[in-house]
Amino acid sequence: MKVEDKLALNKFEIDKEVHIQVEEKLCQGCDLKPCLYVCPAECYQLRENHMTFSYEGCLECGSCRLACDRQAIRWVYPRGGFGICYQYG
Amino acid sequence: MDKFDAVVVGAGPAGCSAAYSLAKAGLQVLVCERGKYPGSKNMWGGAFFGPRMFEIFPDFTKEAPIERFVNRHTITLLDQEDALTFDFRTPNAPGSHLGFITLRAKFDRWMAEKTEQSGAIIAASLQADDLIREGNFIKGVKAGKEDFPADVVILAEGVNSLLTEKAGLRKPDSAHDMKQGVKEVIRLPREILEERFQLQDEEGVAMEFLGSCTGGLPGGGFLYTNRDSLSLGIVVQLSALLAKQVKISDLLEDFKKHPMIQPLIRKGELVEYSAHLIPVSGLKMMPRLFSDGVLVVGDAAALVLGTGLILEGANFSVASGVAAAKTVIQAKERGDFSGAALQQYERFLQEGGILKDFQTFRRAPDFLENERIYSVYPQWACGLARKIFTNDGKPRRNTFQVLRESMKGRVTLGNLVSDALKARKAI
Repeated sequence: MKVEDKLALNKFEIDKEVHIQVEEKLCQGCDLKPCLYVCPAECYQLRENHMTFSYEGCLECGSCRLACDRQAIRWVYPRGGFGICYQYG
Repeated sequence: MDKFDAVVVGAGPAGCSAAYSLAKAGLQVLVCERGKYPGSKNMWGGAFFGPRMFEIFPDFTKEAPIERFVNRHTITLLDQEDALTFDFRTPNAPGSHLGFITLRAKFDRWMAEKTEQSGAIIAASLQADDLIREGNFIKGVKAGKEDFPADVVILAEGVNSLLTEKAGLRKPDSAHDMKQGVKEVIRLPREILEERFQLQDEEGVAMEFLGSCTGGLPGGGFLYTNRDSLSLGIVVQLSALLAKQVKISDLLEDFKKHPMIQPLIRKGELVEYSAHLIPVSGLKMMPRLFSDGVLVVGDAAALVLGTGLILEGANFSVASGVAAAKTVIQAKERGDFSGAALQQYERFLQEGGILKDFQTFRRAPDFLENERIYSVYPQWACGLARKIFTNDGKPRRNTFQVLRESMKGRVTLGNLVSDALKARKAI
């Protein structure tokens, strides 16, 4: 089963604001791109050489915050009340 | 704006234990919870091990949303297709100390309700994003444009402890000190579940797995039985995933296909996929636990004990919350919230035996990074079992010879002796 299909089962309160942003300039020079495989929700995708982050499926685990050693990821939580809403946990 | 005696950041087990104890003693307490409701951001493997809940909520086994009481605990070594299991069973009357299985979105919510009933204010959807300072003193929290002044702030913000870092109490986190955990909650009709796992009434099983489920990387797999669902997941050293460029979601899919696991989850329906980090380096990563006007509890304080077979956190979270509350109650009596006064917190943790456990297992985090534990040894054990239980018609050989032979190309006697010696000291 694909991760995106799993995420579709979760409950999210989706904000209009993006909580995590990738600093394009810092990200460009990175060959390893650990964010691509460290995110358990596969929120990071390379599209035409640009790193994109789909914040809607973020599980707020914080892994990418520790994986990116270029400080290209501005990591904060979604605003209060928004983001993942576990029903089981 | 009124000033609170204490503001607690986070309504998980640590924050609620602190707030509950403070409110019961008559203090004015505000708990800021960033989730839509307490527990909405929290997940874990599934079981609470340890006695601390009884100390704070003596009747919780009757009241709390507990899924099942653990009466069976298994440890399985996994090779690609084989499995070798140690299976411990005992009758477990609710109230014994074998642990109970619970889901956080329900359990934390219940704890928060108890906390509210004791007189604390729980403000959900309220994210504390900064601290109010006067010099070195922390005097409350900021949430958006609002200030919430308090005599003391208790940081129970969980593993991504951004405010603890902002307070200057810890260095930036490292992937080396974290394990990444993912979990699926798989719904299964109660009758099927109970028959499949040989459970009656409220009995439950906690299963741990070592070996191929993490692709040989430091970590393990788990399966817990809820009332009418299973919690299945894996936990892997974050730095190892990064070094090997492995996706934990792929490991989880492989784990589900393992011949040992597949029949256990058959006919199940996935209802939730979750992920979280776990702080695993114990004393090595522990922040300063107190300073002027601030205390740190629970996962934010890295109070998770890894002993090799179990990662135990919630029990320490509750204990640290209670110890922090006791400290604040004393500080209020004396009107002194300085770091010197709040130092008492560390003494309470010492006296309660909490820090002692971390001392006892201080070498465990390093020891548990040895990849042989997760690759060579499970393979070896499964291979040995296969040899012993297989009869291919050839003349049988002495078991010790089989043992020595099975080591060839896998593990040297030197490795074995050195690992055994290290294990003795570490775990």
